[in-house]
Amino acid sequence: MELDPLILSRIQFAFVVCFHAIFPVFTIGLASFVAVLEALSLKTGNPVWQRLSKFWIQVFAVVFGMGVVSGIVMSFQFGTNWSNFSYATANFLGPILSYEVITAFFLEAGFLGVLLFGRDKVPQGVHFFAALMVAVGTFISSFWILAANSALHTPDGLVMRDGLYYVSSWSDAIFNPSFGYRFLHMGVASFLTASFVVAGVTAWFVMQKREMEANKKALSIALWLILILAPAQVVIGDFHGLNTLEHQPTKVAAMEGNWETSTGVPLLLFAWPDQEAQENHFEIKIPKLASFILTHDWDGEVPGLKEVAPEEQPPVFIVFWAFRVMVGMGMLMVLFGLAGLLLRRKQRYLECKPFLNGLRVMSLSPFIAVLAGWIVTETGRAPWLIYEQMTHAQGLTPSLTGGMALFTLIGYILVYAMVFSAGVFYLMTVFRGGLETANTNHLDSAREKAQRPMSAANANLEGGL
Amino acid sequence: MEQPFDLVIIWAGIIGFAVMMYVLMDGFDLGQGILYPFAPDDHSRDIMMNSVAPVWDGNETWLVLGGAGLLAAFPLVYSVFLPALYIGVFLMLAGLIFRGVAFEFRFKANSTRYLWDWAFAGGSFVAAFSQGAVVGAYVQGFETSNFIYVGGAFDWLTPFTIITGLGLVAGYALLGSTWLIMKTEGELQQWAYKITPILLIVVLFVFVLISLYTPFVDQGVLNRWFNGVSIIWLLPLLALYCAFLVFRAVKKQQEGVPFVATMGLFLFTYLGLLASKWPYIVPPDYTLWDAASAYESQLFLLLGFLFVIPFVLGYIAWSYYIFRGKVRGGYH
Repeated sequence: MELDPLILSRIQFAFVVCFHAIFPVFTIGLASFVAVLEALSLKTGNPVWQRLSKFWIQVFAVVFGMGVVSGIVMSFQFGTNWSNFSYATANFLGPILSYEVITAFFLEAGFLGVLLFGRDKVPQGVHFFAALMVAVGTFISSFWILAANSALHTPDGLVMRDGLYYVSSWSDAIFNPSFGYRFLHMGVASFLTASFVVAGVTAWFVMQKREMEANKKALSIALWLILILAPAQVVIGDFHGLNTLEHQPTKVAAMEGNWETSTGVPLLLFAWPDQEAQENHFEIKIPKLASFILTHDWDGEVPGLKEVAPEEQPPVFIVFWAFRVMVGMGMLMVLFGLAGLLLRRKQRYLECKPFLNGLRVMSLSPFIAVLAGWIVTETGRAPWLIYEQMTHAQGLTPSLTGGMALFTLIGYILVYAMVFSAGVFYLMTVFRGGLETANTNHLDSAREKAQRPMSAANANLEGGL
Repeated sequence: MEQPFDLVIIWAGIIGFAVMMYVLMDGFDLGQGILYPFAPDDHSRDIMMNSVAPVWDGNETWLVLGGAGLLAAFPLVYSVFLPALYIGVFLMLAGLIFRGVAFEFRFKANSTRYLWDWAFAGGSFVAAFSQGAVVGAYVQGFETSNFIYVGGAFDWLTPFTIITGLGLVAGYALLGSTWLIMKTEGELQQWAYKITPILLIVVLFVFVLISLYTPFVDQGVLNRWFNGVSIIWLLPLLALYCAFLVFRAVKKQQEGVPFVATMGLFLFTYLGLLASKWPYIVPPDYTLWDAASAYESQLFLLLGFLFVIPFVLGYIAWSYYIFRGKVRGGYH
């Protein structure tokens, strides 16, 4: 069998990106949560806030550490496997990614050490400032990375000359037509991720009646956030969808599983898209609803996949189902937000076992939703690397062979599998240790332990303390 | 297009600075991993790791900046080097990941601690070796056609690049041992005093070997160095003077000088290497100007750079200041 460097490179990129993406999406929200806890601690002087902060800083440290090591790979991936793409887009992407490094990465790295290990070395106000800077850094980082990504979906302010892109307007290129929607959608997703993880872990503590005063407060904050953010995300997602309909109609057609451009299009609850036959099997549908959602008119026209040749259609099955997974997760999140509100009377949410257990399971939901969302948007762009301008095949490194791509693909999978299993295992240990372990100082004499992100956590790797 | 001034030179300086910052800063913490298996005892290993723990991930940010900066300012370098060094880059990244993770987990492990020790030492060695091989591959040159790399997957791996790879391993170990002289005391410091001259001799040996060998792989280099005496001869002389300073300081048991002088040794060797190849950045065919990105792109990033980098250097210095002083004790 001939090894295809294109397919292998796409799998490799998808794998590395998906693996990496789950860490920043969590740390962006969590960094803000920690900054808020530090602010409350500074303002009220109530030690409860600092107890919470010490615990969640531990979690942040572990996740951030894994994000950093997986992220270093990303900055080299464009060049190793997609050198034609990198060379063609360097005039735009190069400065954007460099700005990310100098405005975000250095800010995070510079203040992280102080946030994790400097509590006893600097005044409390400075420590809060470090927390704030780390949180701001994570947001600046997502600003640049989403500007770069959006430009591939809805390129603007760029002109092509002799095979290379030149920037005609930096503001048009950065604030391209889909950037705002993506930035907002991802920002809210990050807050939701942190909220659900905090809610899930805290629900577990509450069930065990551990550190009730602190954990009650954390759970309450998380539930308020979920109540507000989950519905807000539905609205933002809807606007993002309308923007996609305007700029990338084929992607929307794949999300809807709609083959023919027509009016009064039904919403498919279930279907088995068959790209070869260019039709769906086993459809379960609600008449006219897709038209209504997308055009706000029951008889509005919705574009179909057949507007473009079959080889220019994205892999419909993947886009169609990933979209449903994302929306399904979103709906569940809204439900949990409402359930929290209903149970709030007389603090019943602290007693309701099914609800607390549900929250524990739901702590995985934002990760699933985020990955599914990225699959929708990235796979929906196929076969285009830069929408309607450059295909994946054109962006590939010319000297790359299938064997080389396979070698590194297997390599990354092995390396990441080891990192990930060690990281998750360790995170579980931190969770088991809870606020109690985080707030013991038996290893805290400043130089007695490694002054490192994960070493901020006091728990033992093999499970002991 | 009419350009008021030549940004290419400025950007060559900035990227050169970022690469040098990376080599010096990650060099001393990679050096800890390389020296790891030879350390006197487990307690020393704890201190070695502690001494670089608060700063190593900030140090590696310079590597990311080097990558992104090359894409921004000299995209041809980025799009030729990375495909040409494909396998080497993967090995370097895998090495850096293992070693980064080892930092996090070693202190938490008991029964599996030896695994993380190996990950730290092995990862550091592989990363340092691959980086040294990259330097060798740069000296060697790349087979290109029409701005695209057309060579094979293992063209970068030759006896010459293996020597430069091992040379950088020794160099980083030297940075690591002189760092230990500065940051530790007692038994570990004495051990560092003992091994520093040995490492220095190995580094000088490779230095001489490369200096003799390089003119033979590249006629241009031969002409540059041997067509009349020129000012660039000052660079290797300064490098040798720094090596002498290290020897003397170790003998006198000075604490700060060895590290600073080793940084000087690196700096002048690096400048000498660049002087050999100037103005070729993708040898043997493309100069800095061939490899440069658009003027507007270089200008756009330069403005941000001039504004932001002073702050960056400021809070890095602040962070080093907070964690200043000798590193004592270890994990119990």
